[in-house]
Amino acid sequence: MIRYVALKVGRAVFVVWAAFTVTFVLLFVLPANPVDLLFDPTELNSIPPEVRAQVAENYGFNKPVLLQYADRLGHALIGDFGNSVQSGRPVIAAILDVLPSTLILASAALVLATLIAFAIALVATATRRPWLRNLVEALPSGAVSVPVFLSGILILQVFSFQLGWFPSFGDNGVQSLILPLITLAVPVAGPIAQLLVRSFATEFGAGYVTTSWAKGATRGRIIVHDVFRNAGLPALTIAGVTFGNLIAGSVITETVFARRGLGRMTQTAINTLDVPLVAGIVVLVAVTFALINLTVDLIYPVLDPRLRASLTAGVS
Amino acid sequence: MTAIALTLKKPIFRIEKAPQPILILSWIIVLTVIGWALFPSLFTDYSPYAGDPAASFASPSLEHWFGTDRLGRDLFARTVYGSRTTLTATLLAVLIAFGLGAVVGLAAGFSGGIVDTAIMRVVDVFLAIPSLLLAMVVVSVLGYSTNNIALAVGISAIAAFARVMRAQVLTVVNQDYVKAAYGLGVGRLGVMLRHVVPNSLSSVIALAALEIGTGVLAVASLGFLGYGAPPPQPEWGLLVAEGRDYVAVHPWASILPGLALAIVVIATHRISTSFRKEHRR
Amino acid sequence: MSEPLLSIKDLSIDYRTGRSHTPAVERTSLNIEPGEFVSLVGESGSGKTTLIHGALGLLPAEARIRSGSIAYSDVDVTGWNDRKMALIRGNYVGFIPQDPNTSLNPVKKIGPQVIEAVRLNHPKSRNFLEAALESLRTAGLADAGRVFHQYPHELSGGMKQRALIAIALAGQPKIIVADEPTSALDVTVQKRILDHLVSLRERLGIGILLVTHDLGVALERSDRILVMQHGVIVEQGPVEEILRDAKSEYTRRLLAAAPSRHAGRLLPTSRVRVTEPEAQAEVLTADGLTKTYRLRGRARLTALGNAGLTVRQGTTHAIVGESGAGKSTLASILAGFTTADAGTVRLGDTELTGLRRGQLREIRRDLQFVFQNPFTSLDPRFTVRRLIAEPLTAFGLPAGDRVSELLAAVALDDSYLDRLPGQLSGGQRQRVAIARALALNPRILVLDEAVSALDVSVQAQILQLLVDLQAELGLSYVFVTHDLGVVRLIADDVTVMKDGAVLETGPVADVFADPRHEYTRQLLDAIPGARVARV
Repeated sequence: MIRYVALKVGRAVFVVWAAFTVTFVLLFVLPANPVDLLFDPTELNSIPPEVRAQVAENYGFNKPVLLQYADRLGHALIGDFGNSVQSGRPVIAAILDVLPSTLILASAALVLATLIAFAIALVATATRRPWLRNLVEALPSGAVSVPVFLSGILILQVFSFQLGWFPSFGDNGVQSLILPLITLAVPVAGPIAQLLVRSFATEFGAGYVTTSWAKGATRGRIIVHDVFRNAGLPALTIAGVTFGNLIAGSVITETVFARRGLGRMTQTAINTLDVPLVAGIVVLVAVTFALINLTVDLIYPVLDPRLRASLTAGVS
Repeated sequence: MTAIALTLKKPIFRIEKAPQPILILSWIIVLTVIGWALFPSLFTDYSPYAGDPAASFASPSLEHWFGTDRLGRDLFARTVYGSRTTLTATLLAVLIAFGLGAVVGLAAGFSGGIVDTAIMRVVDVFLAIPSLLLAMVVVSVLGYSTNNIALAVGISAIAAFARVMRAQVLTVVNQDYVKAAYGLGVGRLGVMLRHVVPNSLSSVIALAALEIGTGVLAVASLGFLGYGAPPPQPEWGLLVAEGRDYVAVHPWASILPGLALAIVVIATHRISTSFRKEHRR
Repeated sequence: MSEPLLSIKDLSIDYRTGRSHTPAVERTSLNIEPGEFVSLVGESGSGKTTLIHGALGLLPAEARIRSGSIAYSDVDVTGWNDRKMALIRGNYVGFIPQDPNTSLNPVKKIGPQVIEAVRLNHPKSRNFLEAALESLRTAGLADAGRVFHQYPHELSGGMKQRALIAIALAGQPKIIVADEPTSALDVTVQKRILDHLVSLRERLGIGILLVTHDLGVALERSDRILVMQHGVIVEQGPVEEILRDAKSEYTRRLLAAAPSRHAGRLLPTSRVRVTEPEAQAEVLTADGLTKTYRLRGRARLTALGNAGLTVRQGTTHAIVGESGAGKSTLASILAGFTTADAGTVRLGDTELTGLRRGQLREIRRDLQFVFQNPFTSLDPRFTVRRLIAEPLTAFGLPAGDRVSELLAAVALDDSYLDRLPGQLSGGQRQRVAIARALALNPRILVLDEAVSALDVSVQAQILQLLVDLQAELGLSYVFVTHDLGVVRLIADDVTVMKDGAVLETGPVADVFADPRHEYTRQLLDAIPGARVARV
């Protein structure tokens, strides 16, 4: 068991370190002249060479690559990713500023998406009407097919401009959260629902379900007592994918609804080539991803007695 | 021992496939859009670039199916011509992801041991960065253009392909027929080329079919965010972005090109699921 | 006279396939009286499972009852929906499923699963816990208190099946339907479970309907037998009557094919030119083979401990044992798929241990392997022609006519050349697997449970084919099996294994007549139909 935990923690640390390295190579080594990335492309030609040299000096670009790498890694370990080029503020502070707004949006969307996905899977399994099952089973693939920017615009058009129920943009209060929340939850729910519909169907055909029928159990009871837990567990395995969808979705959702947040900041940072900020965001995302996967790896054995047994058997 | 015998009994009753109107419709949609990309001038008489400023923001009509934009350009024509940009980029992206991913996955799964572990840890890292974010970073380094979008989307999908290919190779390598081939004296390369690759590829091809839909979405999303072809070139994501500023007053300008995009993606998804079902049989 | 517990009249069941309907069960009738043990015998695809699923209302959505009626004690339940059938299931009819390994909910402990069965059928019962423990004990789990708190994966296959029997008994049914309840279990466990079912019938006076593919089991245990083929019951009657005078041709064929019905070794068919073996030299010897697997963490599993055997030229040496005996590991080492930790294998005069890959490949020409499962051992994308030519091309030999010749040797004609494995039956596939194993003119075939996945009648044909080929080509076989009945049909020598060790070895006649080891005696005793065979 200790071996298992150590292995998983080690793997998480490796992923974060490697993500940092990949980002470093992409942003600081690959560009022919990284200093240029620090200026606004349109003003590039008007900048005198001494200013460039000065900037290069400040950012350490004239030092050997390995030294730069060691320096940045050392600072990153204590949470220092340098200063944002645009605002001049420390990267961490800039990220922490907008993080809460995205966290609220993303976690609310995750909860809503999970509810939608389970509802779809339950209806698809529980119904005896083939047409209803077919209809419900088609929903997830629709949800992943409609681009977020389109569904955002459609929702905006209908509920804000036509009906006037909700504000079209901004980030004050629950009112302004509803539309972005729905926009983000739908594409996130899609893959979860696809997985759940499949695993509910598989488990509903499993041998132990036949046993339950033979016991005299009814359909509803079988779904709630037997199928639900066995079929729900696999949803955890795509937690990483779900997280990726939440990030990608919030970039676009926040852009469409002009909301403050990490997603919109990422877009701005990339548009303005704010290299330290981009690096900081990527590493932060990788850390979160690694933590999520680590949590899933550690929770899974608690929920599945078979896996737990194979782990404890290793120690005794 | 006998448990295997029982679970592997051949299904005696096979359910024949009834004709599926939605699948047929999906093929028609996809083939039409491929037609748009190859011969756009056959589908519309308007130019995607020249507009009539007097007729700006015309509503959809028989004359202008999707209406016109701010500069009076026909939006249907821009959508038709835009399909070429979007589809070429998608195809390129899927080819990059499929080609590299399959090779990497095959190498990992077939070699096993330390090679496998090393490759898969690297793949883990690429999976840890959400693909849209990775693509955005890659594009920002390479510079804004449709080709770079294709490259970025392709690179960000390699890891997923590699993982599927490896899993499939591992399944196939442990099949009795692979063991049997070794037992009959077939060499390692022969086993790999004749048994492992053909039997592993089918599920990766199914993923590639799915990835075409996902790829269109990714390419269009990056286009929407403004990392793709510069205006006035038509590109689906960009079309939606251009119309977005006027969405309150002239909603069709962004919604109709967007819907066209969504319908194509839904159709490719439908087709790719039919691949997967046939594969499973 | 009381009415029958279960009465099925003229039942026909279809499977919807696209727009057409394929019949699976055709105008079938059966009755089970109180206290009666009836067996329903049939091979795969005979419709026996569909029939009982129909009786229990467990048919899949694509199946449909076309005509006929089902009645429990004169209560007609034909056409009842799930909600109404739930009243019958459990407290009137209990069901024991086929595979105990998948039939218990993996994330729930045994206790709650049994309690649920009690609660559903006797909601007014005072003490669910006591009732559940009681039915676990009745099912033959002496240590019911411990099993109650265990998860399914912590139990052996036999114990899981007993837990499922406990679930079936928990509703106190009047009749129990058991669908191949022992086919996933070892023979000795199978015997104990069947013994227990018989005793339950006597103790509780319930009726039992046993569905099985094994005529031996049916003959030995039941009062009455129904034989089913292609969805129709072709024979029914008391056991003695069927043994004495089977009316249908099919039943006679099944009786003839049952391994337990044969006293001695199969003889080559008359058309075969018998090559008399010269001096029976030793072609394959193994000595002191040991194999240990490392499990997760520090645990180790000894799959094979100091095992060995000797195969004489032109004879068959059977390796027998139950699951976990190490027989497959032994076969796999002999064939060079697995490397032993210690010990030697000699093929003729060549020492196999420590050979490099290239040299091992040359050896393959002399020693070939046939797998248990013909559904997984042939590449689904290869035609029969390519499959059989594969070993020839691998060694740079011309394929051409040799392929047809090999196909003819396993009694298949050239019309099969361009078919894919998916278009062949199990028996045909195993013939193809044997044909390609013969392609390089080997001296030895290692057959790993090569007939276990096949129906009895097909099994008999393949065994006959093997005997004929041996007589004609002077082949030696290493024949791995769990089925002692088959050993008697085909083997000259036998090695009995348990827990990775060899218990005894010797000529089949000697070992069968006078087993030296207690475990061998148990195995012989557990062969289904062993007792009736001598009637």
